[in-house]
Amino acid sequence: MFRILKKEQLAENIWLMDVEAPRIAKHALPGQFLIVRLDAEGERIPLTVCDYDPESGVVQIVFQVVGGETYRMAALEEGDSFHDIVGPLGRPSDLTELSIDELKKMKICFIAGGVGTAPVYCQLKWLKNNGVDVDCIQGARNSSLIILEDEMAAVSNLTVCTDDGSKGIKGNVCVALQQLLDEGREYDRVIAIGPMIMMKFVCQLTKQLGIETVVSMNPVMVDGTGMCGACRLTVGEDVKFACVDGPEFDGHLVNFDEAMKRMTLYKTEEGRLYLQAKEGATHHGGCGTCN
Amino acid sequence: MTAMDMFKRVPVREQEPQVRATNFEEVCLGYNKEEAEAEAQRCLTCKRPFCVEGCPVSINIPGFIARVKEGDVAGAYKIISESSSLPAICGRVCPQETQCEGKCVRGIKGDAVSIGKLERYVADTAKEMGIKPEVTVEKNGKKVAVIGSGPAGLTCAGDLAKLGYDVTIFEALHKAGGVLVYGIPEFRLPKDAVVEKEIENVKALGVKIELDCVIGKSTTVDALLKEEGFDAVFIGSGAGLPRFMHIPGEQSLGVFSANEYLTRSNLMQAFKDDSRTPIMRARKAVIVGGGNVAMDAARTALRLGAETHIVYRRSEEELPARREEVEHAKQEGIIFDLLTNPVEIHADENGWVKSITCVRMELGEPDASGRRSPVVIPGSEFEIECDAVIMSLGTSPNPLISSTTEGLDINRRQCIIADEETGKTTKEAVYAGGDAVTGAATVILAMGAGKAAAKGIHEYLSNL
Repeated sequence: MFRILKKEQLAENIWLMDVEAPRIAKHALPGQFLIVRLDAEGERIPLTVCDYDPESGVVQIVFQVVGGETYRMAALEEGDSFHDIVGPLGRPSDLTELSIDELKKMKICFIAGGVGTAPVYCQLKWLKNNGVDVDCIQGARNSSLIILEDEMAAVSNLTVCTDDGSKGIKGNVCVALQQLLDEGREYDRVIAIGPMIMMKFVCQLTKQLGIETVVSMNPVMVDGTGMCGACRLTVGEDVKFACVDGPEFDGHLVNFDEAMKRMTLYKTEEGRLYLQAKEGATHHGGCGTCN
Repeated sequence: MTAMDMFKRVPVREQEPQVRATNFEEVCLGYNKEEAEAEAQRCLTCKRPFCVEGCPVSINIPGFIARVKEGDVAGAYKIISESSSLPAICGRVCPQETQCEGKCVRGIKGDAVSIGKLERYVADTAKEMGIKPEVTVEKNGKKVAVIGSGPAGLTCAGDLAKLGYDVTIFEALHKAGGVLVYGIPEFRLPKDAVVEKEIENVKALGVKIELDCVIGKSTTVDALLKEEGFDAVFIGSGAGLPRFMHIPGEQSLGVFSANEYLTRSNLMQAFKDDSRTPIMRARKAVIVGGGNVAMDAARTALRLGAETHIVYRRSEEELPARREEVEHAKQEGIIFDLLTNPVEIHADENGWVKSITCVRMELGEPDASGRRSPVVIPGSEFEIECDAVIMSLGTSPNPLISSTTEGLDINRRQCIIADEETGKTTKEAVYAGGDAVTGAATVILAMGAGKAAAKGIHEYLSNL
């Protein structure tokens, strides 16, 4: 089980894989995530679902190399298997609870940043299959980091932006959103998925503009079923667990500064493990992230 | 052994506190043959054995101890196996002092017989001798799904397999064992040598285990019954979501739930230097709470190099942890700050914990639980400097299964409603037991519930 059927490099450090996981493929809905373990000693890594096919029992994942474990994952080849994949975890997007008529009346703009493009694609495709048209802004630092562009364009009215202007609008996703609004588009909901810092700034803007905004949070996690509480976030007055109460929350209520601080919890430790994985036993400090 | 000695139990060998405080090897070394047989001699083989009444799974205690006296470990193991699928585990983690040993007649005048240590001796020795539980079962063609591979699930699955059922356990994590694997540390319950071996014994009965399957997400109870052909389902999904205090600063870096800290160390093996899962090796850790989980978290933090404090709002007498765990913790150098309660956690400019403000408490009138409720002493605030705080305040039930199963009722505390005698829930063909029903309790109570439910399921499926 959990065999890799397809592997594709999307950008310098971003990979796409099709993996056999029949139970997940059968039960997954947009907005949910899964947890993978590379091998018998592997760390539990939460990843978003990019696509799933209940018929063939295949799920598609997209991940970015950010540490030792994802570095090892990128070395897996077609035909290799993950040791474990568990899911689908978390609550599906609340869009899946609305009727198609309600969805068609809504004016939604998705905002996808970096690997956050994958879970946005999952939602866009679901909406498209249900005959719902939506806008989407996809942003990255430069054109080489714009992933899945054709796929995204096939399921939404896509606007691309890059920080350096190498593709689409020059500027970040907030600049692009403002431009679309200035052109006369109206939205009653924004759904932003990407780096926390991007979601934070999108929320600052949409709060001013009075547009309801949903974000998908990806904090540190262990079991993914509510047991450990590592993924807790402050949302409004409440403490929520991203794995069972989320991962999607009202972006205007999420305490991003706290969430970003909590992301740094194991940063140094992760950096050390990454370098250990990359450089093997020969790595002996001097990198600034290990002792 | 002199007559006077008969009042004292044979002491069990343990690792020296100073030594064990720096390693994750098992603390208690157990009895050898001579010690076990000497201790067995102390059993009076009562005609009406109160110890058996004290055992949630009703092991024939005088029966197995009589075999130990004769040096017949295989015979003793067979007797225990009739009632328990997990003796090596129970011998280690049961609160015997309030159960079998608490009822032992020897205990009236002197020490109770060391039943737990004898059970452990039998289980460990049988394992060394390569003795497996006997299986001569004819399959009856009926399928039962068991949710969760902790003590309740393993017991229920083992008993049903012995009755001829085709049993599949569904486990959410990547390793079977539930709390035995993610919760209880290596130094109290060795994983490879003990837990895995007991799970292999359950598998040897024909039980299948599907890992990485979260019921309520990967599939549902209703789908198991309607689509996957199971005739009955047992829910032994365990406790749930960790509680926090909701005090200021609780989101700081370095504040963990005991569940997270222990899961990292136990399930993910983060205590080992070569583990790929990180864990915080604190300089000074404050553990909040007084139960067995708090002791486990404290003793883990200590072994990972921290000066460790237990902060508990009542007095020593009310500590819910087993006596033995408290004693072991003290011997190892854990500092108990009793009648103390945290009110605020302070962080440095980078968000990391730097101290915790506590208040002193005094005991007032007994509350609903019969324990004297602690009352804050005004103006008693003081600060403990620390870099980690581990909250060990119990759990609230996980709604994953109850919220996705049609017709499965829960009570006001969100626990699944199930009959104590049979495990029967409000939904046809669905049974439940363990922490999912009672809220956080002990391994042996969960096993008792798993056992009762196996009987309930057998009766239900036999009368269909």
